[in-house]
Amino acid sequence: MRWLVLPMLAALDPPMRAIQRRIGIERLAYVFLLPTMLIFGLFSFLPAALNVWISFTGGSSTIVSARPFVGLQNYEALLACESIFVPKSCPVAGFGFWTGMWNTLTFALVQVPAMTVVALATAIVLNRKIRARGFWRALFFYPVMLSPVVVAVVWDWVLKRRGILNALLADLTNAWNGLLAWLPFHVDPVAAFRPVNWLADASTSWPFFWVVFVYSWSHLGFYMLILLAGLQAIPKDLYEAAEMDGTPPWRVFLRITLPLLMPTLLVVLVLSLIRAFQVFDEVYVLTGGGPGTATRMVIQHIYETAFVSDAKLFGIAAASSVLLACIILVLTLAQLALSRRQAGG
Amino acid sequence: MGAAIRFLTRTREPGRLGWTDILAYAYLVLGVVLILAPVLWLFVSSFKSQRALIESDPRFLPYEQVTVTLPGSTRPSGLVEWTAPDGNRRVLVQIRPSGTDLVVADPAKPDETFAVPRRETRPHERVRARVENYVEPTLQGGRTGTFQFPRYFANSAFVTILATLITLTISSMAAFALSKYRFRGRDTFMFLIVATLLMPATVILVPLFVVVKNFGMLDSLWGVIIPGAATPTGVFLLRQYMLTIPDELIEAARMDAASEWKIYYRIVLPLALPALAVLAILSIIWRWNDFLWPLVVLTRSETFTLQLGLSSFKGEMNDATHYLLAMTVLTLLPVTFVFAFLQKYITTGIANTGMK
Amino acid sequence: MATLDLVGVRKSFGPTDVIHGVDLSIAHGEFCVFVGPSGCGKSTLLRMIAGLESVTAGELRIDGQRVNELGAAERGLAMVFQSYALYPHMSVRQNLSFGLENMRVAKAEIDRRVAEAARMLRLEAYLDRRPGALSGGQRQRVAIGRAVVREPRIFLFDEPLSNLDAELRVRMRAELGALHDRLGNTMIYVTHDQVEAMTLADRIAVLRDGRCEQFDRPLELYNAPANIFVAGFIGSPRMNFLPARVGKREGAAATLALAAGGQVRVDGLAGPAAEGAEVTFGVRPEHVQLVAAGAGEIDLRVSLTEQLGGESYVYGTIGDGHEMTARLQGQTRVRAGESVGLSLSRSTATYLFDKDGRALKRGVAEAR
Repeated sequence: MRWLVLPMLAALDPPMRAIQRRIGIERLAYVFLLPTMLIFGLFSFLPAALNVWISFTGGSSTIVSARPFVGLQNYEALLACESIFVPKSCPVAGFGFWTGMWNTLTFALVQVPAMTVVALATAIVLNRKIRARGFWRALFFYPVMLSPVVVAVVWDWVLKRRGILNALLADLTNAWNGLLAWLPFHVDPVAAFRPVNWLADASTSWPFFWVVFVYSWSHLGFYMLILLAGLQAIPKDLYEAAEMDGTPPWRVFLRITLPLLMPTLLVVLVLSLIRAFQVFDEVYVLTGGGPGTATRMVIQHIYETAFVSDAKLFGIAAASSVLLACIILVLTLAQLALSRRQAGG
Repeated sequence: MGAAIRFLTRTREPGRLGWTDILAYAYLVLGVVLILAPVLWLFVSSFKSQRALIESDPRFLPYEQVTVTLPGSTRPSGLVEWTAPDGNRRVLVQIRPSGTDLVVADPAKPDETFAVPRRETRPHERVRARVENYVEPTLQGGRTGTFQFPRYFANSAFVTILATLITLTISSMAAFALSKYRFRGRDTFMFLIVATLLMPATVILVPLFVVVKNFGMLDSLWGVIIPGAATPTGVFLLRQYMLTIPDELIEAARMDAASEWKIYYRIVLPLALPALAVLAILSIIWRWNDFLWPLVVLTRSETFTLQLGLSSFKGEMNDATHYLLAMTVLTLLPVTFVFAFLQKYITTGIANTGMK
Repeated sequence: MATLDLVGVRKSFGPTDVIHGVDLSIAHGEFCVFVGPSGCGKSTLLRMIAGLESVTAGELRIDGQRVNELGAAERGLAMVFQSYALYPHMSVRQNLSFGLENMRVAKAEIDRRVAEAARMLRLEAYLDRRPGALSGGQRQRVAIGRAVVREPRIFLFDEPLSNLDAELRVRMRAELGALHDRLGNTMIYVTHDQVEAMTLADRIAVLRDGRCEQFDRPLELYNAPANIFVAGFIGSPRMNFLPARVGKREGAAATLALAAGGQVRVDGLAGPAAEGAEVTFGVRPEHVQLVAAGAGEIDLRVSLTEQLGGESYVYGTIGDGHEMTARLQGQTRVRAGESVGLSLSRSTATYLFDKDGRALKRGVAEAR
């Protein structure tokens, strides 16, 4: 790596030296900032501005100037519902948007607390005097490294109708009934296990459950790590003082651990909430949004409206992302405020 | 006396397990099973025969029916185990099915065929890892049709390596400027960089696509590499680290007649190596695993990354599950290796920066 | 040959002025020390000379040529930093040669200079080590070596000894003195430690609040401080200052009425000190003599004595509550709580300052 990168950087020395002579040391900072700011300008700020403009235009052209201005039509298509709580009462575009929105919201409200609780429990266990802590920590973190597509294939393979989970549950049921038969008194055996189509049975909530489960499975390790770092930052002498006072463990948790961990916990909550609102990859590959629209998230609606449908409704998609951006904006500002407070305090 | 002192200073012996410890270990073991079992199951399944996969053979190890090629025949015939009513067991070669019976023969005397009831037989199997699942798609792309593993792998590697190099270079340059120079507008630049946190690619998907299309980068790997090359996370991570490099070192280098660019790559970059390593690892994970943005930019299958190829292959869900599983393993293998060797640096690095 | 002239040099960071116009003329081969309390601007002044800070107004001249606009590397100076600022990822050899490589010095010449500096500073055995593997003193020598190999016109030192322990500091001080004798270059040295300043300097510039209070030879500063600040800053323990009023004046001599009671006679007055003027009388602790209570000009109520064996310090308060210190040769029997008399005028080493702090008389005549 050294022998590859260093000569390339060295080759840039003469031109940079010339620029330095021309504009002076202090102004060279702008040159150092240029590549980053150029990319941000072209691929963050320009699109952010365009997003608003496109949301007021129609048609399927990707040439911005060729797109006809349609005013609030796109927003009307999304918002002209009898009730936004009943997506069926919306126009077609609104149906897709609100179905996705409510699914995403439900997803966030279930997934974030559930995962945070498990991540916290795991972090607390790992913060104990445990043998081979690094090994355990690494194992819990491992799924974070896997790509969403791989995660989806792995779990799809486990969860399919003739997959290993159904086989295991059937075996367990049989084993249980076999055990009951050995008992000296009579217990009604459990009905034979009937395989469940975990990801495709529209009459149950299983698909949604597994979407939440798989997503949490693959992200848990990251938040666990942050919480563990937060726990380890709590001074040990506080615990020793509490031990000297004979404080019971649950009180130590409520009065020392939890309050001191609160800043970290808040960051974890907000961060995972921001991510949850952008959920797409795992779900899209695992269920494709199905069965029906049971797991269709709002990003999938935006993606499909713009890029999959033949109509290429960029305007509708842009209007949808402007609405989504408002939510993410509020959450991100909350996160920045929190981390600033944390850094300041 | 010694006993008395030991009694007075007694604390919890390190070697002994309290019930809370047992509970903790039980929790960890359960967690590890939940995390590793699915991946492990995928791994062993990827070595199973296509037939075992279609039948969803729940056995852990990959079994395969033993076959022999009979003289005078070009196709291999499967062996079956026949348990006669008297309890005798024989290994026979299956010639052809016949109603509820199987026409079989002794492999040594293939001409003397006879029929046995099908329910008294079962396939004669042995454990065999089907490496073909891996070899065929990687070396003989033709047979697997749409899944061109070597090409996807090369695309993914190209995107990952180049994007990471670019990210490291431009982020460290920006971080150097923001941490070591006093210049007009520095706070404005910091603010602008933070502001990009509000514009994740998922939210500006449509206009980003429009911009990239107008740059002619659609269906090009550069369209995946360039837009994400600048990251606020990276700039801030490096800046925080560079703030800890003493200014006197920079000044000493200036007195030593080093140009600012030379100070950047001879002094600051080597000293920021730990932070660069963290960013490199993060960037590799991001890029290797990236899905939504490549999905939007890349539409021709020649330009697909591994993740796209894998996802479209899964979507087609033809009867090539054995290839899908094997290719999934190949996709997760590099990341797993990187992680196995660098896990300590990755976990501590991420814990310290609080970013992913 | 390298002379350095500062002409009305000023520095502002935004609206705050930190250097308020300094004029200094440093001769070739001179060892010049900038000394002053922290925040006096001595480091800023050095960094301006080095080219690390811009000059807001005034002129910097090296060998008579204006260098304000030249970059740090182009002035032909070398600097030793307080933290040494060694490149931690480079070996000692690379640290020494980095600057020369940047200046495109020929390879053979670099090797020659590095070898010579290493021999001079006894670094030969460590050339392939990294700074992290060296002791504090060795790092210090590498930092000096990095300056030496550059063969600069002027050496700049920014508190180079402040990170060393006391014993090593004394040794390095001697080595720095020897280095100056050997190289004969102009050197500018910043410190807040007056012992370093007194022992190393040919001339000392005492700085306060961005102004040069006095620029003179070390003993001149001790013997004839220009003002009350220099008098208090040079010398340890600090000079005793007592408010007083000029009583009867007879030519160059006068009688002072101390505010704490008692009278002191001083002679050798140089400035105008009208009868009745408010002045400050100064006497160094080492020039105070202890006598029986009531036998001196003033009585001291002892609050603390410190016995160091070879010398003793007596601290106490006088009538109006002012604190005074006496430094005695040998050991003393005086205890806290006792009262002793102080003889202030037996020595010629007394000082007098007007109410703006300007010196009205010289102290001791310089030892010849």
